[in-house]
Amino acid sequence: MDHKIYLDNAATTRVREEVLSEMLPFFREVYANPSAIYGFAGEAKKAVGIARERAAALIGAKPNEIYFTAGGSESDNWAIRGTIEAYADKGKHIITSKIEHHAVLHTCEYLERQGCEVTYLDVDGEGRISLEALEKAIRPDTVLVSVMTANNEIGTLEPLGRIGEITHERGVLFHTDAVQAYGHMPLDVEKMHIDLLSASGHKLNGPKGAGILYCRENLRLRPLIHGGAQERGRRAGTLNVPGIVGFGKAAALTGETLEERMRREAELRDYLIDRVLAEIPYTRLNGPRQERLSNNAHFCFRFIEGESLLILLDQRGICASSGSACTSGALDPSHVLLAIGLPHETAHGSLRLTLSEETTREELDYVVESLKEIVKRLRDMSPLYEDFARSQ
Amino acid sequence: MYSEKVMDHFSNPRNMGEIENPSGVGTVGNAKCGDIMRMYLDVDENGVIRDVKFKTFGCGAAVATSSMATELVKGKTVEEALQVTNKAVMEALDGLPPVKVHCSLLAEEAIHAALWDYAKKQGITIEGLQEPVNDIGEK
Repeated sequence: MDHKIYLDNAATTRVREEVLSEMLPFFREVYANPSAIYGFAGEAKKAVGIARERAAALIGAKPNEIYFTAGGSESDNWAIRGTIEAYADKGKHIITSKIEHHAVLHTCEYLERQGCEVTYLDVDGEGRISLEALEKAIRPDTVLVSVMTANNEIGTLEPLGRIGEITHERGVLFHTDAVQAYGHMPLDVEKMHIDLLSASGHKLNGPKGAGILYCRENLRLRPLIHGGAQERGRRAGTLNVPGIVGFGKAAALTGETLEERMRREAELRDYLIDRVLAEIPYTRLNGPRQERLSNNAHFCFRFIEGESLLILLDQRGICASSGSACTSGALDPSHVLLAIGLPHETAHGSLRLTLSEETTREELDYVVESLKEIVKRLRDMSPLYEDFARSQ
Repeated sequence: MYSEKVMDHFSNPRNMGEIENPSGVGTVGNAKCGDIMRMYLDVDENGVIRDVKFKTFGCGAAVATSSMATELVKGKTVEEALQVTNKAVMEALDGLPPVKVHCSLLAEEAIHAALWDYAKKQGITIEGLQEPVNDIGEK
């Protein structure tokens, strides 16, 4: 293979050509500030409106429920802080899970230091929260439940519809971090009783630096960014028109192709998972076999360490990611892998491969063959494997 | 993130493997932190390290520091090998990222653990050698 094989689409994706070409005029031609009065600004304003409609349509929301942000992390921060502050009269209790993205976890930890109370729900071996535990955790002073739509590492889909029913019944707000799921699976904020939802443009072949927060009509939400009156006074800052246009176009395209793309990606994903599990011994799949993102495969290879694996894959032109400690500079491996109950040494040997619509079967064949050689090579080098082999 | 030398030693590790009936063997680190190094020594009757091999579970820097450490002690006397510090390993690799400095400490400790085992088997004392702190022991 002489070209790069990009299997890190959960980290970011390639901007689609149609998305880029729709963005470009908003840099040099229609560069007006959409908040201005003159006619020239009207075009930019109109484009933002179309993008808002497109962003809303993908999740069954109304356009006026969409707020443009600088990305998923801002949306997560805002959803949690904005509601906790706005509903301080009700209480200061938040329920979330142990496997959330750090944009959610660190926001919750920050709020704990400000006097909030947070319940971090455990997950099962496949990364799903328990609905019973959720029900039990809800208190009279619970303001918000924040549970991700799909996990960014192991791809597990949370039981969103059921969570929505419970929170709706109990009169608690429900936020979901849908950064990995928006544009990758059908979502309906009405049917699923979702009150707030975060999404990011660059995970769906749109631009970086453009995200949305969906916030149900008539909810209270304090601003996170103070300043001008943009976004109906809730999110200050000159609108990132090219980014917003790109987000809208990406959302529209992703909606059109959703079903076929999911089917094709899931087929390739299953092919990859089947081959890896069958051909590389002492390997486990993390997350459920089926109830997972259609483009996510996540493995642990026992007796080896993830960073070494990534470097050797990189040397063969394969871009992937790992939850190993060494890739983050921390000593502990991924909080998600520990939360699903993996021992440290197994968690260190993790590998995430995330597909795109451009991924081919030939590429995956090459990846599997490379993995077989690399895993063997690292095991031959591993004292853990030596001990294991001796004990057999 | 890594120097060319680190990448070279990671991609083409020197002295990787095992030694049958070694004069000394030491294992340091733990799987919890993601680094385990094992050093095997073959020491001749004059106290010279005739051969050395390593096995490592860990990141790129862990493999590279193990590999470099074996190069630095090979052919040396056990007393000389004791003078090989983590600094020397790092310098020989043209440096390590700050978060990976502990790998070089582990490599130094792995040599000490193997020397300790050697000294114990020989019933001798090597001046300046202290009992390794990070030895998880042979299984």
